[in-house]
Parts: sequence; structure tokens; C-alpha cells
Amino acid sequence: MSAFGVTVRVQSEDFDQAAETTLLTKGRTDIGAVATFSGLCRGEGETLKALELEHYPGMAESEIEAAANAAVKRWPIDGLLVIHRYGRITPGEQIVLVIATSKHRDAAFDGARYVMDFLKTNAPFWKKEHRVDGQEASWVDAREEDEQATKRWK
Amino acid sequence: MAGVETKLVYFSWVRERVGKSEEKIVLPQDVTTVMDLLLWLKQRDDGFAAALEFPEIIRVALDQEHVEHTAEIGAPREIAIFPPMTGG
Repeated sequence: MSAFGVTVRVQSEDFDQAAETTLLTKGRTDIGAVATFSGLCRGEGETLKALELEHYPGMAESEIEAAANAAVKRWPIDGLLVIHRYGRITPGEQIVLVIATSKHRDAAFDGARYVMDFLKTNAPFWKKEHRVDGQEASWVDAREEDEQATKRWK
Repeated sequence: MAGVETKLVYFSWVRERVGKSEEKIVLPQDVTTVMDLLLWLKQRDDGFAAALEFPEIIRVALDQEHVEHTAEIGAPREIAIFPPMTGG
């Protein structure tokens, strides 16, 4: 279950950042801060043809919701939206979106970053890289920096 | 309880190396912790041996909840086995 103001979507389709921001802020006069993070697929110097994102349906949503619910408990966040895509994604395309709204900027910045950090280490998604040169596709290795980023919120 | 089947699901390179995305198995009675399970699976065949070569890095979820390797398995409906996550 999500806390009030938390929306999580795991989908294969692309998303519209501007439209999502409007949905969170339209008609509101109490929101003073909107922090948006979007993660894009890098082309790695034109060597990457596409990313293939695998996920664990159900648990992917529940882990992101757990992180988002923890964020709204920790900071005075008004609205929190997280969208994560799966399937085939090509360079330049969007992968993930986090939007946090609040009265003031600190809660919005911190909340968005907290969700991204936990999502990286706890949400069951895996990236496979398909190369332009036709080499065998390979799974992306997890990064120690991501583990450290999550630990800093403890 | 003997004879109860548990669903195992595999993801990413664990799935590729074991050669299937899911199966139903009856766990041996002496498999009580998550690490017991990984070590038992590892000796099943070459695919599992390759997937679980370094069991300490493998992540496990019981009914879609992350667990430590020291956790007791209990009686979940679904056990997921996968590599460290790389989303975001």
C-alpha cells in the first residue's frame, strides 16, 4: 500500500515528464518546490545499441513503494511520483523518473534522491547491454558506489 | 512438511545460467536457511553451479521480500534468486 501522495508505476511505455509535473502541481498554491530526476539511457560513445531491462513484476513495484513511503515519512513531501520502465530502451530514451513536490526545496531534493538511491540497490531490475558491434549482449555489473549511496541515508 | 512444492523464480544472468525462469520443487528437509538452499541448488547441475559459483553475491527474496542468507526459509509460496540489482 502506498501512502497518500505516493504514485509508483512500472511500465514499458515512455512517460511525459512535463505532463506528470503538471499533474502534481496543477491548481496548487501550497507547493513551493518541485525536484525532478530523470535517468536516461546513455549511448556509451555510440557503442550501445539498446538496453534490455528485466524486472520482477510485483516486487519491483513494492520495493519502489517502500522507498517512496519511507521518504514521505522522513520529509514533509507533498507528492511523490516514481515511474520506472522495463523492456527495450535505446540511447537517449528515458528509463526512470522521480518527482518530489514540497513546500520547500530541501524535502523535495532529499526525497527524490533518497528514492533514487534505494531504487538502485533494492528494486529488482537488471540491465542488459546490446552492442552496436554485435558482440554478445552482457549484463551490467552492480556498482559499489550505489551501495555506498544507499548506506548514507541510514 | 514433506512433499510441499515451492515455486522458485530466477532472474537476469542467474536465469540464463540455470536455463529456466521458474520451476516448482520440493526442498529437502535439511535445507532450512537461505544459504542452505543456495548451496543445495549449486550442486544440482552445471547450470546451477555456474549461476551460484559465488553464492555470497546472490540475492534472495522470499515472497517478494529481500532476505539475508542467514534467514530461515520457513514456508514461502515463492523464492526468487537473482544477481545484485542494476535498475535506475
